[in-house]
Formats: sequence, C-alpha cells, structure tokens
Amino acid sequence: MADTTMQQDPPPATTRRRLSWTGLFSLLIFLALAILPPVAFYSGHPFWLDIFTRLVILAIAAVGLNLILGYGGLVSFGHAAYIGLGAYAVGVPAYHATYGGFDLIASYNGFVHLGLALLVSAVFALITGAICLRTRGVNFIMITMAFGQMIFYAIVSLETYGGDDGLTIDVRSEFPLISLDNPLTLYTVCYTSLAIIVFLLYRLSNSRFGLTLQGARSNEERMRAIGVNTYHYQLIAFVISGVICGYAGFLLGNFTTFISPEMIDWTRSGEIMFMVILGGATFLCGPIIGAILFIVLEHLLSEITVYWHLPFGLLLIFSVLFLPGGIIGAVSRIGGKKGQRNG
Amino acid sequence: MESSLLLIQLLNGLQLGILLFLLSAGLTLTFGIMDFVNLAHGSLYMLGAFLCASLTLYSGSFVLAVLLALPLTALAGFALEKIVVRHLYERNHLDHVLATFGLILCLDTLAHLIWGPAGIAIPLPDTLNGQVELLTGVVVPTFRLLIIGTGLLAALGLYLLVNHTRIGMLIRAGASNRTMVGALGVDISTLFSGVFALGAALAGLAGMLVAPIAEASIGMGNDIIITTFVVIIIGGIGSMKGAFLAALLIGLIDTLGRSFLDDLFKLLMSTEAAETAAPAVSAMLVYLLMAAVLAVRPQGLFPPLSR
Amino acid sequence: MAEAILQVNNLCKSFGGVRATQNVCLEVLDGETHALIGPNGAGKTTLISQLSGLLPPDAGQIIFKGRDITGAPAHQFSRAGLARSFQITSVFTDMTLLDNIALAVQAHDGHSFRFWNNARHDDRLRQPARTYLQQVGLADRADQLASAVSHGERRQLEIAMALATEPGLLLLDEPMAGMGQDESSLMIDTLRQLHGKKSILLVEHDMDAVFALADTITVLVYGQVIASGPPDDIKSNAEVRKAYLGEDAD
Repeated sequence: MADTTMQQDPPPATTRRRLSWTGLFSLLIFLALAILPPVAFYSGHPFWLDIFTRLVILAIAAVGLNLILGYGGLVSFGHAAYIGLGAYAVGVPAYHATYGGFDLIASYNGFVHLGLALLVSAVFALITGAICLRTRGVNFIMITMAFGQMIFYAIVSLETYGGDDGLTIDVRSEFPLISLDNPLTLYTVCYTSLAIIVFLLYRLSNSRFGLTLQGARSNEERMRAIGVNTYHYQLIAFVISGVICGYAGFLLGNFTTFISPEMIDWTRSGEIMFMVILGGATFLCGPIIGAILFIVLEHLLSEITVYWHLPFGLLLIFSVLFLPGGIIGAVSRIGGKKGQRNG
Repeated sequence: MESSLLLIQLLNGLQLGILLFLLSAGLTLTFGIMDFVNLAHGSLYMLGAFLCASLTLYSGSFVLAVLLALPLTALAGFALEKIVVRHLYERNHLDHVLATFGLILCLDTLAHLIWGPAGIAIPLPDTLNGQVELLTGVVVPTFRLLIIGTGLLAALGLYLLVNHTRIGMLIRAGASNRTMVGALGVDISTLFSGVFALGAALAGLAGMLVAPIAEASIGMGNDIIITTFVVIIIGGIGSMKGAFLAALLIGLIDTLGRSFLDDLFKLLMSTEAAETAAPAVSAMLVYLLMAAVLAVRPQGLFPPLSR
Repeated sequence: MAEAILQVNNLCKSFGGVRATQNVCLEVLDGETHALIGPNGAGKTTLISQLSGLLPPDAGQIIFKGRDITGAPAHQFSRAGLARSFQITSVFTDMTLLDNIALAVQAHDGHSFRFWNNARHDDRLRQPARTYLQQVGLADRADQLASAVSHGERRQLEIAMALATEPGLLLLDEPMAGMGQDESSLMIDTLRQLHGKKSILLVEHDMDAVFALADTITVLVYGQVIASGPPDDIKSNAEVRKAYLGEDAD
C-alpha cells in the first residue's frame, strides 16, 4: 500500500557532501532577501517590499510545516489553521482594546499578542496532534484537514469578529523601541525571524531529537523495536511545527492588518504544502525556494490572466507527475548528483 | 419545542445525510479499490450541479437535465481518470493529495470560465415544487422527499454492488492491491476507469439534487468535501456501511445542532452567552464528534478488516 | 545452573479461527543460544512478534528477567532488554550504517528530547556505534547508505543494531534468510562470537546453522511445542523426526 511517508525521494540523513552546495545556495537566498527589499524600498518601489514581506512570512510557515512533513514524514493538511489562529491572536485583543469587552486579553501590547499566538497554536497542536498521531496515512491527512476546517467554521460563526467578512486590525502590535507600522522595520523583523527559525531548525534536525524524528519517518516499526516511543517525538514535532506557523500568522496579521476566515481555508493549507513539496522537502531551505516560486508564479500568472489558478493548477499536477522531489530534486538529478538512488 | 418542528428537522438532517452519503460513496469506492485519495471529488459534485443547472435552463426540464447530466459527469470522471488520475496510482498519498489539489484549482477555474463568477439558480418544475403533509402539522416539500428517496435508492444499488458483485468483494476485503484485482480476472484498467466514473456520477448526482435548493456555485464542492471526509473518517475509511451510517449520523447531528443548540444552551447559560456560543459550537459539532470517535477508535467505527 | 532469562507460559494467539500459537511454553537460560525451529507456518514469527511486543498475545505470560511484561507496548519490550531482528530486513535505508547504529545506541541512552547538540558529532553515540559495526565486520562500510549495501551486510547491520540496545536477550528472526553460502557462514561466525556472551533466541530454517550454534532447541509444529532439549536429543526424538526432520531426511 502506498504510504504517506516521503518514500519517493527521502532526504538522506547524512548530507555532508550535499551540505556544501545546498548550504551555499541557502546563503545566497538569505543574502538576496537581505539586500533586495531595502533596495527596492529606498529606490521608490515600496510595492516590492510588500511582496518580499509576504514571501518571507509564507516561507516561515512553509519551513514550519516542513518539520512535520519533510522531517517527520507526516502529511499535515491543516496548517493554515495555525496561521489563522496566530493572526486572530493579533486581531481579537486589538479589537477588544478598541471596542471594549473581554478585559482579560484586550490589549495593543505586542507581547500579549505574540504570547497568545504561540500559546493558542501550541495548545491546538497538542490536542489535535494527540488525536491525529494515533492514525497514519490517509486518515492522518484527512483528520488534520478536518481539524483545520473546524477552526475555519468556528471563526466564520463568530459574528463579533466579523464572521465571514473578516476583521480589520486598526492598531498593529505595539512593541517597545520598534514600530511595526514602518514597513521596513516589519520586514526586518520577518527576515530576522526566518533566519533564526531556520537556524534553530538546522540545530534541531541534527540533534538527537531530529534524528529520532527522521528515524521514525524512515522506519517507524524499527524505531519502536529499538525502544523508542515514536508517538511522543512526533507529537512534540507537531507542536513545534504548529507554533512556528502560529508565529507566521502573528506576523501576517500585523502585515495585512486585515484578517478573515479565508486565510484559514483548507486550500490555503494546500498552498503551503505546495511550497514545501515544490521547493523540496529534502532540505531545510527547500520550503523557502518553494515560497519564492509560489510568489513569483502568483504574480506572473495573475498578470497574464485573472484565471491564473488554471495554469497554476496545471503546473501543480505536472510537477507532481514529472518532478518528484521538487525543484531541488530536479536540480540534483540534472546535476548528476545523487541521481540514482534505491537502485 | 414542537414535535412537528423536530420531525421536519429530522427530515432535513436525513436529507443532508443522504447527500453526504452520495459523496462519500464515491470516495469510498476509489479509496477502497484503487487506494486513491481524491480531493477533487467535490469538484465533480460542483460539475454535476452546474451541468444540471445549465441544462435545465436550456431544455426547460429539470428531469431531462438530470438524465443528461448524469452520464456527462460520469464521462468527465472517466476522462479525468484516463488523463491524470491513473498516473498516480503507483504514487504515495501525498502525491495524490497534491495532484488532486491542482485538479481542484483547474476545475474551479474552468467552471468560472464557462459559467461565470456568479452561481446559477434554477427553478423546480411544478410537479416537484409542491408540499406534502406527512402527518397533521408536518408539511414537507415534495422535493426533499425526492432527494431522500433517490439517495436511498442509490444506497440500495450500492448495497447490491458491494454485497453481490466481484467489485464489491474487493471493497469488503479492503483489498487495494493489484494482485488481488488481477486474481479476479478483470481488466484492471477498465475497472478502475469505470469505478472512478461511477464515483463521479454519484457525486454529480448529489450536486444535481442540491442545485434547485441551493444553486450551483464555484467552490461549493470545497466546503462539502471536508464534511464528507469527516463522514468517512468516522465511518472507517474504505467501508461502505460505515460511510452510510456516518453520513446519516453527521447529517442529523449537524442539522439538529444548528437548529436546537441555542435553545439548549439558553437553558444552561445567559441568553447573550448562548447566542454567541451556540453558533460556534454547532459549527464545530461534527468535528468535535469526529475527535471524540477517533479518541476512542482511531480507525473509525467500521474499519474494513484488512486495514 | 544458569537462571532463566526469559520464561514463556502458555502463550496463545489466534487470528480469526486460526490458532497461530497454542499454549506455548518456553524457557531461555541466561547466556545460552536457544534455537526455535519448525516447518513453515508453525507460528515461529508470530511467537517472535509476541515476544518483541509487536503482537499482543490472547492469553499467557511473558516473563523477562523475572518481570511480567505481557501486553506492554513494543518500545517497552526493547527498554526491558529484548531486542529483535526482523525476518524481512528492517533498517533505516536512507541513513548511513553508522547512523543506523548510532540511532540504536541513542535509543538505549535515555530519552532523545535533546534539541540542540549535533548528535552526529556526539562521541558518546559514535564511538560505541563504531565498535558494534566492527563486531559484525562492517567497520569499513560505516559511511555508506544502508540502501547501498548488500543484503547480507544489511542483515549484519540488523544484528549490530540489536546489539547496540544492549539487550539481555537477542531475538533473531531468520537471520540467514535469503543469504548465499558465503554470507551465511559470515553470519554464523558473528553469532558464534556472541555465543556465551549474549542470550540468543534464534529462529532459523538453516539446520546446519542451528546445530552449529544452539545449546537448546525447541521445536514448534502447528503452534505447539512438541519437543525441547539439547541438539542431540532433538536429533533423535522420534516425534520431531516424524513431524519435521522427516521432511528433510535424505
């Protein structure tokens, strides 16, 4: 039976040789993301800065999803819910600070928003993960999807926060010393966050925890037979992954200043998954490349036609059929490195 | 709370359950036989609704439109299987999910291109537009009864298929492997295309039945597909019997929750609190039910034997 | 007289109506190599799966080092000191041999909720891992992916992984299955080196290997133990000859 683990092109756990060129590649991306946006901003193209900000936020979410999807081999299809929770953790306290009520959380204070975003996504991940992780394969996919949609409907039904119509955030999260109202500051915060998260995940992926997680992806029965209760490790990874996406949601709320259930819809989860897979779940920065591709495609295609979802969907189908392992997989095949495996 | 109101809501719940069953039956077939996860199943539901709506407008007859739209939806399913789906059987579930997600984007946009951004509402033919008094004080629209009747008929047909044919044997065995299918001496390629087309027709039928009461609209399939997933998760993925019972259960609980939960909550808390909490809880009700079922039985209520 | 490290009392397991193991009683003494033989379908793998916690028995008891561990989850069997190898090779194919062993060492070295230090540069894991690889003669293969080495080498790797969890008892499910002559004799050498140092419960079809290695042999037929004793007794046991060896008698 086809399994949901990523058996088509599993990332080799030892990547010493690959690390040199993927590492270099990642460095180039980070360099470009550090230089281009400020240049665009100061040369009078603030629109480009917006695109970069959105890109970096999506990249954070994709990198977060990759922890459970790429390293854990567990296909979670509900990660947009965490982005939504994070965004509403900004919107709801700000709403009450403006219009009164719910004194417990009513605040413009950024630390309250951030704390709430992380806490709520951690709790939601812990509860749903505890249930989801008792299943595998297609059950896991559908259950994560259903829990994501549960949050969607819950928020739709909350008329106080605009329901279907969404909620405008009048005041961004307030932090001492910095103001997120300044687009360049906001971008810097997002960029730094991405860099820190990628570094933390890099450490994690090579730690004992990371190897245990990858071992469970590779051969779960074996992992149990050497005495590891894989469930606990996967659950913790699921929570970390959810919290990272919750953080991305916190940033997204502050960036768009308008939040609606639409950002939680399961098709959004599909888009993040698309980034992870197309960029390549096989290495840490793959999802960032996926996010870049996604943004580029979205803008290129939507400039050509309003029906850009059609070519986009076709591209997705084609990439699944002809590009297993994502762009990185394709590049490494063309490069002749690691071309044949499982021969 | 009047008992007649309760009865009417029960019928409404039954109707939703029947529609969910028509959708989950197709998913169960493709999953049970081909081990294939089809996110785009909801798009076939949408396709059925749109085909039926525009054919009704064109021909003026709803019944004729259904008779034409059914084979057309099946044909669309057949074509999709030939062009895209069959190349994915050998892949893992992740690839199924991604490719059919792409398919949704394509089909939704195509529907948008053909039928425009607004939905299409169609009138019911007069013969079906009446009302029937089932019991004193219990008046229900004829069309609702028709939906329930059609659905039960389809369920009967599927029951016969599952219990009295060789295809059914595969489903009951939960056998999704080619050797087993091959051992039965059937042409795998044709069988798979046929099963997929049948699933498409069932989903399309659900869409056609909904079109006169809701209207055909873009994205209508994306909402209901998740509820359908909840149905087959609760029923046990791959089990036709589980899908049927879970569909009715979800249909009833969802409908009753939406209509009576706020009354129930008002008994327990202030009116104001109840009016905020009830919609949220009733929106999440089926998911909470799913969580509860899974906490006790991770494989669902009626998992097929070999899974 | 050595103590029993593993004691199995009246273990039963049925699938549907088929009784795979019926009232199986078994005793493995500390330090001995105990072979479990029987014709195909005798329930050997079912028994091993129960002894490694992957299958819960319907009835009976598994007592390991004096502790009743019946019904505990698989990872706790391993924790208690029962390590198994699989009949169908089960390793981490996308990792190097050294990583495979290091993971097993790590699993035995307390919990793995350590998120920061690079486990690939951790001498507490790497050193022992190299030693175990050496023990099974794979030291020069350390950096190859497990998917890239030969079948025989992968089976050796499995033994090394089982050893790395420092088990009280090794459960080996047909370690020679599918091996060529050379590979088999290499495996027999490896197991002979372990003889006396580790308690081993060995399921094997290769009779030469069994009689070369085992101190005690238990014969399982249709889920039931029909004989148990030293190799010479088993060889001359009439019932065994009839039920089992008779098939192979030249």
